[in-house]
Amino acid sequence: MSAVKKTNPALIVGKYAALAFYLIFALFPLYWLLKIGLTPDALIYSEGTRLFPSEITFSNFTTVIFQTDFVAYFRNSLMVSLGAAFFTTLFAAGAGYAFSRFVFAGKRIIIALMLVTQMFPLLMIIAPIYKVVADLGLLNSLTSLVVVYTAFNIPFATFLMQSFFDGIPKDLEDAAMMDGCSRFQALRKVVFPLTLPGLGATLGFVFTAAWSELLFALMLISRNDAMTFPVGLLTFVSKFSVDWGQMMAAGVLALIPSCLFFIFIQRYLVQGLTSGAVKG
Amino acid sequence: MARIELRDVAKRYGSVEVLRDINLEIQDGEFIVLVGPSGCGKSTLLRMVAGLEPISSGDFLIDDERMNDVRPRDRDIAMVFQSYALYPHMDVARNMGFSMEIRKDPLAERKSKVAQAAETLGLANLTDRLPKALSGGQRQRVAMGRAIIRDPQAFLFDEPLSNLDAALRVEMRLEIARLHQKLSATMIYVTHDQVEALTLADRIVVLNGGDIQQVGSPLELYERPANKFVAQFIGSPAMNVVPVVGTEFGVTAGNGTEIKLPDQPLAAQAKELGVRPEHIDVVNNGTGDLSAVADVVEHLGSDTNIYVNVEGIGSIMVRKHGNIPVKPGERLGLRIQTENAHLFATDGTALRRVA
Repeated sequence: MSAVKKTNPALIVGKYAALAFYLIFALFPLYWLLKIGLTPDALIYSEGTRLFPSEITFSNFTTVIFQTDFVAYFRNSLMVSLGAAFFTTLFAAGAGYAFSRFVFAGKRIIIALMLVTQMFPLLMIIAPIYKVVADLGLLNSLTSLVVVYTAFNIPFATFLMQSFFDGIPKDLEDAAMMDGCSRFQALRKVVFPLTLPGLGATLGFVFTAAWSELLFALMLISRNDAMTFPVGLLTFVSKFSVDWGQMMAAGVLALIPSCLFFIFIQRYLVQGLTSGAVKG
Repeated sequence: MARIELRDVAKRYGSVEVLRDINLEIQDGEFIVLVGPSGCGKSTLLRMVAGLEPISSGDFLIDDERMNDVRPRDRDIAMVFQSYALYPHMDVARNMGFSMEIRKDPLAERKSKVAQAAETLGLANLTDRLPKALSGGQRQRVAMGRAIIRDPQAFLFDEPLSNLDAALRVEMRLEIARLHQKLSATMIYVTHDQVEALTLADRIVVLNGGDIQQVGSPLELYERPANKFVAQFIGSPAMNVVPVVGTEFGVTAGNGTEIKLPDQPLAAQAKELGVRPEHIDVVNNGTGDLSAVADVVEHLGSDTNIYVNVEGIGSIMVRKHGNIPVKPGERLGLRIQTENAHLFATDGTALRRVA
């Protein structure tokens, strides 16, 4: 029974080398962001492409936090992203459950229409959206962004949620109803806990999409106090120069909520929660 | 416990009728098995009894009370699913006690009932495991435990053993039989496996294409099948059925052989003759009713299956008890036990012999 193949050490080294190469490739831009953020202004051009700056400063960060409107942008972005993620997931979960479990008239048409909305480039509908938002008097309001982001993300999020619901055997709900649950109780006690990975994935997807969205934010928001973070970044570009250090520092700070959010939901993203439910 | 009655029950999906004219009375404590090929509507019928599938027309009664529109949770019926349908995020104990949790029964009572059921089913040391850490047989037991704990009016089983391997299936079949003896509860059991049907049932309901073909005890179905479908579906190996021409005294087979059937008054109407493999005797070549050539011989130890070719008729299977020394290619004579032969009319209904 000594048929277990001896692993070639060269293969192991190769595997880790490939992984290391990929990691460096993927993380280098992030490193560069941080590096420039920490480099004193005077050294940014003089030291050029040195891997480590000869001197490190946190002044870019303090300037960004205390002397610019960054905190306001940050708060706006947070509100818009959380709002969009919450409402999108709420609607998408309801619609996805209906698509997954019920047969109703017009189901195919609704699904087809939702797919159609995904086919148009966003640029095409920017003007009509602007007109609608302007007529509603919602220009320069965060509400308009939440509504627009929610509307644009619902189709994809619905399909995502539907596939998660499809993955939960219908027998589980039937069993719960035989065990004395109403349909809603079955949903709450059996289906919902099993959908947490799906909800987590949808929340994360919409949050990051909204967090980094620039086009609509740029279009619908022109007042400084309502700017979201991606629009606010542009304020570091002035007519004659670009303040790279502060811009990068702001970029680093902007990464924090995304990271925190994913750390928070990653335990719900773990797959295989439904394993063991049915045969196997 | 409960008496269950179905009156003229039908199920339609749009214009497609999947079940029609279902009339069935199930006595208190009876073990009824619904059997039939896949797609015959047996699972749909069970789900209608459970309340998971609406009844299109007809009446469904429990203890003379019409229950058509009563929700599953208010019917007081427990169901064991083919897929087990264990809640994957709950441990064994919570899975079993879930119905009591929903009813908000006191925790102490819940714990003691779960412990008791786990003990009976041999799950006592597994109660804190999640379903994914259980084997197929253990999951099956948990699913049964979940049903037992409720002490319901009736138990429904939807092909509960079809996901288990052969040895485990026999073991669990025995446990279900024991469970029925112990609880003496009304049970409705769906299967496509006629061995399960024959071994477990007080009465078997044979379904095909949405119709009840016959209702009866296992022996009734075996000895007096109502039609060709039941005759071939019940009994293993399946009954040999060959086309014949009915005469006044018996039948004439395809090769011209006359078989006398003295106690069959309706033989003249017969279009087909059915004989079970175990009701054909092997005799010396040249004697008996038919002359045949052995094709394949299977020695099972306890029995011998002989597939023979009869000229002008085709392949016939013969099953004899014990070890019969027949070799492929050997010529044999076959004698049909005419007292056990069945005759079928053009539409497949059995022509009854004088009792």
